[in-house]
Amino acid sequence: MSDTTMTMSGSPEPLKFHVEGEHHVENGTLLGFWLYLMSDCLVFACLFAAYGVLGRDYAGGPSAAQVLELPVVAINTTLLLLSSITYGFAVLEMQQNRSGPMMGWLVITGLLGASFIGLELTEFSHLVSIGAGPQRSAFLSSFFTLVGTHGLHVTCGLIWLVVLMVQVSKKGLIPANKRRLMCLSMFWHFLDVVWVGVFSFVYLMGVLP
Amino acid sequence: MSLHPDLTQLIFGRLTWHEILPEPIVVGTFIVVALGGLALLAVITYFKLWGYLWREWFTSIDHKKIGVMYIILGLVMLLRGFSDAIMMRAQQAISFGHNVGYLPPDHYDQIFTAHGVIMIFFVAMPLVTGMMNFVMPLQIGARDVAFPFLNNFSFWMTVSGAVLVMMSLFVGEFARTGWLAYPPLSGIVSSPDAGVDYYIWALQIAGVGTLLSGVNLLTTIIKMRAPGMTLMRMPVFTWTALCTNVLIVAAFPVLTVALAMLALDRYAGTNFFTTVLGGNAMMYVNLIWIWGHPEVYILILPAFGIFSEVTATFSQKRLFGYASMVYATVVITVLSYLVWLHHFFTMGSGASVNSFFGITTMIISIPTGAKIFNWLFTMFRGRITFEVPMLWTVGFIVTFAIGGMTGVLLAVPPADFSLHNSLFLIAHFHNVIIGGVLFGLFAGINYWFPKAFGFKLDPFWGKCSFWFWLIGFYFAFMPLYVLGLMGVTRRLSHFDDPSLQIWFELAAFGAFLILLGIFSMLIQFAVSFMRREQLRDKTGDPWNGRTLEWSTSSPPPKYNFAFTPLVHDIDAWWQMKQHRYQRPLGGFRSIHMPKNTGAGIIMAGFATVFGFAMIWYMWPLAIISFVALLATAIGHTFNYQRDYYLPTEEVAQAEASRTELLAHV
Amino acid sequence: MLRLMLQMNSIRPIARGPLFGVPCLHKQYPFPFSVASPVMSMKAFRRLLLLGLIPLSGCHSVLMSPSGDLALQQRNLIIDSLILMLLIVVPVILMALLFAWHYRASNKKAHYDPEWSHSTMLELLIWSAPLLIIIALGALTWVSAHKLDPFRPLDRLAAGKPVPVDAKPLEVDVVALDWKWLFIYPEQNMAVVNELAAPVDRPIRFRITASSVMNSFFIPAMAGQIYAMPGMVTELHAVINKPGEFDGFSANFSGDGFNHMTFVFHGLSDDDFAQWVQKVKAGGGELSRDEYVKLAQPSEQVPVHYYEGVAPGLFMAILGNCVPAGSTCVDNRAAGTAVEEGAMNSGHDSNGTAAMPMATTQ
Repeated sequence: MSDTTMTMSGSPEPLKFHVEGEHHVENGTLLGFWLYLMSDCLVFACLFAAYGVLGRDYAGGPSAAQVLELPVVAINTTLLLLSSITYGFAVLEMQQNRSGPMMGWLVITGLLGASFIGLELTEFSHLVSIGAGPQRSAFLSSFFTLVGTHGLHVTCGLIWLVVLMVQVSKKGLIPANKRRLMCLSMFWHFLDVVWVGVFSFVYLMGVLP
Repeated sequence: MSLHPDLTQLIFGRLTWHEILPEPIVVGTFIVVALGGLALLAVITYFKLWGYLWREWFTSIDHKKIGVMYIILGLVMLLRGFSDAIMMRAQQAISFGHNVGYLPPDHYDQIFTAHGVIMIFFVAMPLVTGMMNFVMPLQIGARDVAFPFLNNFSFWMTVSGAVLVMMSLFVGEFARTGWLAYPPLSGIVSSPDAGVDYYIWALQIAGVGTLLSGVNLLTTIIKMRAPGMTLMRMPVFTWTALCTNVLIVAAFPVLTVALAMLALDRYAGTNFFTTVLGGNAMMYVNLIWIWGHPEVYILILPAFGIFSEVTATFSQKRLFGYASMVYATVVITVLSYLVWLHHFFTMGSGASVNSFFGITTMIISIPTGAKIFNWLFTMFRGRITFEVPMLWTVGFIVTFAIGGMTGVLLAVPPADFSLHNSLFLIAHFHNVIIGGVLFGLFAGINYWFPKAFGFKLDPFWGKCSFWFWLIGFYFAFMPLYVLGLMGVTRRLSHFDDPSLQIWFELAAFGAFLILLGIFSMLIQFAVSFMRREQLRDKTGDPWNGRTLEWSTSSPPPKYNFAFTPLVHDIDAWWQMKQHRYQRPLGGFRSIHMPKNTGAGIIMAGFATVFGFAMIWYMWPLAIISFVALLATAIGHTFNYQRDYYLPTEEVAQAEASRTELLAHV
Repeated sequence: MLRLMLQMNSIRPIARGPLFGVPCLHKQYPFPFSVASPVMSMKAFRRLLLLGLIPLSGCHSVLMSPSGDLALQQRNLIIDSLILMLLIVVPVILMALLFAWHYRASNKKAHYDPEWSHSTMLELLIWSAPLLIIIALGALTWVSAHKLDPFRPLDRLAAGKPVPVDAKPLEVDVVALDWKWLFIYPEQNMAVVNELAAPVDRPIRFRITASSVMNSFFIPAMAGQIYAMPGMVTELHAVINKPGEFDGFSANFSGDGFNHMTFVFHGLSDDDFAQWVQKVKAGGGELSRDEYVKLAQPSEQVPVHYYEGVAPGLFMAILGNCVPAGSTCVDNRAAGTAVEEGAMNSGHDSNGTAAMPMATTQ
């Protein structure tokens, strides 16, 4: 089992059994956050699965094709995808330690995200007003929950973004803040990827015949 | 009440005076618990321990202390869960013919639900998590876990869930649905009262803790192993901890989603699992078991790890087949996701689907069997000392072989059609959970106790506990196998056929023996504490151990290791001993340490209030507590001073006192 | 180990009475070696094991001494699987005890080899032994799961007794209500609460559903159980081979009244069955839709009740959750016809023909 040299039998160099001096442990934050994202990914996987099971159970209520409006969603998708790009620019600035431009890109990202949420809420309230609320059918329950959970994540991301901007403005681009910005970056791109799934699986496949 | 009724309702939701202490039998319990609680508070106040507890324990981010607190939580909840068990056994033993027993069905139904929920979520899970928390960082030569604050927060979230379950005893009632709360029974139509909501919120809040703790421990194992400790040199317990935490991260989100959808059905009127408008209750059953089956491996894998450590140590021999042990663990981890449907063959999924899941289930018994043989061949050519942990291990191998066999039998779909939901099934899963998980945890507690507290547990009372548990187990559950073959189904509170009674009386007697086993364990703790000077472990290595946790002092210093160990072998400490390793007596440096914080317990406190408010529809309070929770979390992120350097002098002092202690061995 | 001990005990050919229960087993289970063959056949071995199990459970062990062909095959399957597994479990238990004893520290004669931790041969053996057993058991599983699938129409009434070509199964529609059982006999146009009867040796086809929550329909003497779920149909094809009274009950917890969700199942000769049908048809009113709505209200310990007639289409209406007069049956898969601002169509009337989602996989 052991692949050590046979020091017992009188090898010149005895084995060392402890680290002389300080042992620096790698920071696990990014890995830990990535693991959390994977678990979050499973949350979405389950919601997608639920939609897959229930997504055709209209129970006499409206079908996806009848209530979902692709143009609105197209705009929404564009907003979110753009926000991912602008966050990318923010990270590029962060790596150059230019906190001013970085903050600018973050503001744009936040505005794009907020408009996304605004449009989504408008869509939801329209659906509820025509009697296609989440209680109407299993399809609508799973639709609202899947899309709503994504929206909730984006909202959390927005709150986090604001908090981080305050923290960067107070402390500057110290390593801790950079790490946090990288975590939020992963989170934000992750939500983008999930949205691509929502867009294709729910909207496109629902609306196209 | 002088408040306007609308206002009362706004503030208190659906909580009324009638909901508090609804049943006389509970009043008695309440008085006992209240008096006990008051006595405890009085003692703490009298000895002025509040400050100590707050500073050294509640706000501690030390993985060892958090591990110990998890285990205390698990043992306390074991008492609660076991009282439920003995109440059920008593009811079933007397409730025949005209005698309806002492528990009306609605109370009995709460008891079996609470028993299952508590034993899995608030006994087995905290004990397992506590064990991993305490042992694993020591085994990999780390100074703490990757996210010490998160660890503290996770623990308090688990406590928060436990508090909610305990509250349901006195305020309102608990779910009457069985421990997995299948809809439509758990839906708002069939269960309109607060019971299922207690269930949902207790599990959701505790689930956050479990998930975060899984992420934390996983990151710790991946990132913080001592240099030289490659994956194939990790101790087997660490391997099982790794796999368990993979399972936690990959399984608990499914539970979260299933419960969230159930909550939406109940609170928002959606139709996921309802019987109308397209709802599909079968989806809940699938989701809950996609979590539920990995969950049983989350519990058993660390127990397997403990047995591996114990067998090798007390056989004074290398573990047989380390590599196949590791592969077996990994195979079980993967397969545990492919078997969930065997919990409901009787739902009618069709023969091919049923046999697929039946066969995958059986395949799990191959790596499990290999593991058992590995333990056997570890004992083979060993020199076995029958200390208490080893007794539990041998008891486990024999008991688990039987439980495994009945489990595979239940995996044969047509056999399951006859045995599903019968007492045979109950006997089977208690056979593997008690005979596997619990025996393992007790072995682990006896094994690592001296490491945690610096003195061994008293062996006499430990042996009493073992024999009472072992014999009690056979008395309590072998009759249930027989009753299952007689076609007796589970969750019944009354029987007509008098010929069954003898079996239930035997089972009740078994439960009584187990009670003696639990008492013996409590006495063991007390006696060991009083005899701690005789039982003192000065060496830090009381069992002639093999892995790194035995290389440091008992109890370990805050920083675990003054110098990070270098690993060259699976049995790292064993090898160090063989090379006559001398621990360094000088050259210490200051050590970078995380600082204690109260944020975790405060946030979990708000979470408890939030859960309670949601259960009783107290919307304003729910909003306030949620905002407070969020604000505390955000506030905590503004604290950048989370660590400090333990000065060189302190390290040197701690190491010097160990040197002195070792000189007196 | 317990099993093994029992098995050994039972080898003694003394007519020892069972520990508990009535000593009736000798009639049903001849001594295993009566075959008088030098090689013990599987059947004989099965009997041997059964003898080990039976004394424990006496004659009350309905699963071990069933009266229906399906339950009998399930029993045989249980015993065969147990035998297969005992092949490995018994040695494991014996080895555990033997190794623990022999290699105790105080036994100085035992060989001690602290570094011995690997043997390719042994590893091969400890992986392949369980593997072989599982291959055998897996094959048994695949075959039996298909043969004993509750959805599959019967092909035999008992061993060596195929279903006659012209035999038409007795149809029974089962509804699990809160907390009683409703059995609808569509051919006879009658219904019974908490009592079930069927002629001996005639295939029965149960279609099973529930009104509100999940239950499980189980007559252990006849066949294994299957869930009864609202809005869904499960099926069970079974037969009862012996006349008599058998227990039936719900095997899935369904709420406070679950305890008393029991009924008696009568296995009757053809004549007795005809008489029983006469008795049911003799009175008790008609199970109209209104009557069903009343019946479906939660109630406990409901006495047996006979209905001489049943409203047409009742079972399908129960499935579609549209029994009350005036309610429309909604097809879960149907979408509304149009969307208009402010007013959604509240349900799509598909003329009482509710979709019947099957619990089978699609």
